[in-house]
Amino acid sequence: MNEDLSLRDFRRKLINWAMGAVLALAAALVLIPLLSVFAYVVKQGISSVNWNFFTQLPKPVGETGGGMANALLGTIELVLLAMLVGVPWGVATGVYLAEYGRGKFARALGFCVDLMTSVPSIVVGLFTYTILVMPFKRFSAMAGGASLAIIMIPIVARTTEELLKLVPNHIREAGLALGIPRWKVTLWIVLRGSMSGIITGVMLAVARVAGETAPLLFTAFNNSYWSFKLDQPIASLPIQIYNYAISPFEDWHRQAWAGALVLVCFVLVLNLSTRILMRQPRSTR
Amino acid sequence: MELPQTLSMSAVSSTLGIFERKKKRDVHLGDRIFFWVLRLLAIGVMLLLLGITLNLLRVSFPIFSKFGLSYFVTNTWNPVTEKFGAGAFIYGTVVSSLIALVISVPISIGVSVFLTELAPRRLAEAVGFLVEMLAAIPSVVYGLWGIFVLAPWLRTTLQPALASTFGFLPLFQGPPYGIGMLTAGIILAIMISPTISAICREVFKAISLQQREAALALGATRWETISLAVLKSSASGIFGAVILGLGRALGETMAVTMVIGNRADISASLFAPGQTMASVIANEYAEATSDMHLAALSAVGLALFLVSFLINSSARFLVWRATRKSKGARA
Repeated sequence: MNEDLSLRDFRRKLINWAMGAVLALAAALVLIPLLSVFAYVVKQGISSVNWNFFTQLPKPVGETGGGMANALLGTIELVLLAMLVGVPWGVATGVYLAEYGRGKFARALGFCVDLMTSVPSIVVGLFTYTILVMPFKRFSAMAGGASLAIIMIPIVARTTEELLKLVPNHIREAGLALGIPRWKVTLWIVLRGSMSGIITGVMLAVARVAGETAPLLFTAFNNSYWSFKLDQPIASLPIQIYNYAISPFEDWHRQAWAGALVLVCFVLVLNLSTRILMRQPRSTR
Repeated sequence: MELPQTLSMSAVSSTLGIFERKKKRDVHLGDRIFFWVLRLLAIGVMLLLLGITLNLLRVSFPIFSKFGLSYFVTNTWNPVTEKFGAGAFIYGTVVSSLIALVISVPISIGVSVFLTELAPRRLAEAVGFLVEMLAAIPSVVYGLWGIFVLAPWLRTTLQPALASTFGFLPLFQGPPYGIGMLTAGIILAIMISPTISAICREVFKAISLQQREAALALGATRWETISLAVLKSSASGIFGAVILGLGRALGETMAVTMVIGNRADISASLFAPGQTMASVIANEYAEATSDMHLAALSAVGLALFLVSFLINSSARFLVWRATRKSKGARA
């Protein structure tokens, strides 16, 4: 009887130990692809990230060398375009949700914002194609920027809303008690106080859209040359990586890896710096 | 946390109420303009969603008037003769997402249990951060890695091994190309595990400490505590997390397009190339010239949009209920 009990205890302990090991293994397993992606991107890309990569236009098929300068600039242009529309629109939506966020309309709006974050990005591309490419019969930077803006809006809106909800109400009340109209309280006190957080949110949204490929495939399309016109197709880093990766040429594969390294570094730097930015105010508080 | 906020909210709303009533007599025009500017922009966001639906409907209309809803169940795809049926893409999306879930769900749940229940805080923070980084890597980079690292490994190592052990199943027969449905499923599994594990962690954190302590106090081991107090009571939240992961897998485009092989075929073997709803759009839309071809692809996009709409709203409801209920119980 006693032995029976101790045997059962032993079995329970064994299961406990085994399950702990299994869980730890799961954590290790999930990190393998991350490490592998990092290792390969660095290993294959580092030798090709050189001066030419940042300054040269892509070379035509058959010639080796060349770079992704126009694609890099294109991505910057597209992201700036997206920010121009997406940031004010997203912040305004977030302010509405946080400051006027009671009632049916606001709840419906919150639902819409949530749904927008989950619309597949390729569908966003389809939508901008139908409204900005079809009527003009031309792929354009404008359409590409619009796609990215649509992806940015819900991200920025949710961050803004969450940040503004953290602002204690007595701050609003203090402003109102001084006789400041509500819109000034919202803009100059509530929003301004959360500025660093909102900038962090915008940076995260930028990190997200800078790597988006699917919505650019048939909106911004691609371009082998410099492009500064809104109504012309424009090259971008993710599209260039995609085209080079599926091509049969060794030299293009090499450049695809270099592009991936630059893109990953950009995204990681943005993510890491937002993390540091977010941590600081908390530790001083 | 909830209670004081609602209290002060009501305080401020009554203050504002007085304020707003006064506003109507006074000249607080700025407030009104500000409110309406915000509201118009907010309405704009809602119109965007409506616009997506209506525009896709408009563009894909020819396909529905010609083939009706049977478009989604027939399997022919010939842009030249304009014979279209999206069956193979729906099959591809379902199968690749299922592979992703089968691989990712146990691992993601395991990771989140490990991080919330077992790991020391420092380790949990570090691993949690790395898992988040997994979500930050752009899809096209996963695709690149998939083509040049994952696919060759599958071709030379995993697929032959699977074929020799489970080769009697039709799932694992046929030549190991490296590129195909299984590869797409594995890439998707990697890409959705941050989503699933992040939400699982939130759900687990919402369970009160007392519940765990109660189990421990009754003499349960760590694992018994986890399975009794944590996993059992968060089943619906975990389910929501899985569905959200599924929603991400369905819409994921670039990485899948790069490794799935892009052939509109239905094949029992997981080694065979396939095509998903998202990948066919990515592949063919820019080159589609005929209106019918555009319509066919847009119809696929519309279906993708509606399915992800349904999946995400139901999942959000589940997660919301799971995290809310336990918060209420704690207070």
